[in-house]
Amino acid sequence: MSVDGLTHHISSRYNEDLQRLLSSVLGMGGLVERQLMQAVGGITEPDENVITRVAQDEVQVNQLERDIDEDCNRILATRSPTASDLRLIITILKTITDLERIGDEGEKIAAIAARLAMRELPRTRYRELRNLGEVVIGMVHDTLDAFARHDTNLALEVLRRDRAVDDEYEGIHRQSITFMMEDPRTIRRALDVMWVVRSLERIGDHSKNICEYLIYLVLGRDVRHTRLEEIERELTRRAEAARAAGPAASAPLGAAGLAPVPTAPLSATAQPLR
Amino acid sequence: MANTLEPRPRNAPSRTEPRALPARDGAAESAGNGAAHAHAHAHSAANPADDDSAIIPMRPSGRAMQFSIDEARRNAALGAPVKARVEALSFYYGAYQALKSVSMQIRDKQVTALIGPSGCGKSTFLRCFNRMHDLTPGSRYEGSINLEPEAINLVSQAVDPIEVRMRIGMVFQKPNPFPKSIFENVAYGLRIRGLGSRLRLQEEVEKALRAAALWDEARDRLHSSALSLSGGQQQRLCIARALATSPEILLFDEPTSALDPIATARIEELIASLREQVTVLIVTHNMQQAARVSDYTAFMYLGELIEFDETSKIFTNPGRKATEDYITGRYG
Repeated sequence: MSVDGLTHHISSRYNEDLQRLLSSVLGMGGLVERQLMQAVGGITEPDENVITRVAQDEVQVNQLERDIDEDCNRILATRSPTASDLRLIITILKTITDLERIGDEGEKIAAIAARLAMRELPRTRYRELRNLGEVVIGMVHDTLDAFARHDTNLALEVLRRDRAVDDEYEGIHRQSITFMMEDPRTIRRALDVMWVVRSLERIGDHSKNICEYLIYLVLGRDVRHTRLEEIERELTRRAEAARAAGPAASAPLGAAGLAPVPTAPLSATAQPLR
Repeated sequence: MANTLEPRPRNAPSRTEPRALPARDGAAESAGNGAAHAHAHAHSAANPADDDSAIIPMRPSGRAMQFSIDEARRNAALGAPVKARVEALSFYYGAYQALKSVSMQIRDKQVTALIGPSGCGKSTFLRCFNRMHDLTPGSRYEGSINLEPEAINLVSQAVDPIEVRMRIGMVFQKPNPFPKSIFENVAYGLRIRGLGSRLRLQEEVEKALRAAALWDEARDRLHSSALSLSGGQQQRLCIARALATSPEILLFDEPTSALDPIATARIEELIASLREQVTVLIVTHNMQQAARVSDYTAFMYLGELIEFDETSKIFTNPGRKATEDYITGRYG
């Protein structure tokens, strides 16, 4: 399904409902992204007020989660959505849970940032956290972009990056242990760093989840708990099938092009089996 | 750092104006379906023992829709042998071609729903199954509907329509009981079939009324007029009348569109239970009904079969854009 498709319902109020829902999700995503940037920024550029600002956004994020949830329930009850509309509602319900958790992780990072700000900056100025933070913020940003455009290729790109985040997590983990063994006075700080890295890694996982929901929304294929290579193969296969089928396969109902619907290959001997 | 990380602009979904509904001719919407239709002479020897069933696992009895478990879904689909093979079926009302080379396989003891906008040919398609177009001047069939296991071509002129109707029952949009008693309505077909024994008749009538979930309500008034029943009860009586002669396929043409939600729920429940004994083909405008009661769904448009698949697939992830547009209420 495409984003444009949202506006083509016969019922204009249904169009508006879905449009509003989607904008709310993107709005919520924007807030979460801002929380995260402030929190990560607060570590490398010490700022004692970062926790207050992040907490303010958190209130809004929580309210949006409740509102979107309620809207989804109402649409399910009144519209009985089917096919891509149904998948959209299910995807949104799951996505907002992950977004809210990203916000929670952001708040945790902000709390640690506030604590770290009271101490002297280390020589590295937390460069490793800044690098990982930028990767993870980029993932969240691209996840939301992919969501807004229903872009499965970008979603796949985010899934690929999650591996890099996991590797980076391992690297910082080892580095912290080394620091702690060399100089036990750094243990407190190293533990804080580990908490932040842990949160960032979790945020990467939440972004990954959202990208998987998005692929389900667009392609109707549930790719959770599926190996990355398999998802890549599936996406390539779909893209090729779509190219081979040409524009006829996606001819909308009622368009002039539908009158001579090509019967082959599907309807010529339509069988319910694949 | 905090200053440099401003949220970048995001590409919001573009808004496009909904386009107007395209004009469509409703020529195929056939007129009137009130003709009372006697389901005489049930074919008692017709107990389709398909040899496929020996090697293919039977469909699990659970009615739950299997959305994601591909394997279970495939097994379920494989479980039922084919009851009717429709091959390149075309139908003409004079020069107007109402059905354009429709091919599909109707599975035995499964519910197959036909959906599509008005005039798409779904009722025409349904009526081909018991030759209800025979008396329409200038009508013409092409292709075949082979009733398994004997592979009798239902639409062949060589096949007697009475023979066809002995094996295929039909229930219409509006309840149309005969102006007789409840008992006589159900016994009608059995009498024509030559069943004279009063005791056997009583047994068969009770059996049919029970199968149609009407027995408890009608047992004390079997000899009062069928027209004294409520609309929903009358419709169930028509189902009982169709069932009395043990048809192999039961056709439903919008069976609940004239009923209230409670009577509708009863009929849907009944259709779900009927699949134990008969193959059901149902035309409905109510897509949620198709989603609820059927195992397979066929989407038709302008006389063509656009998509035919398992119901759970059609309603969560249809393969064709046109199907998607129709079931989600879009015209793009």
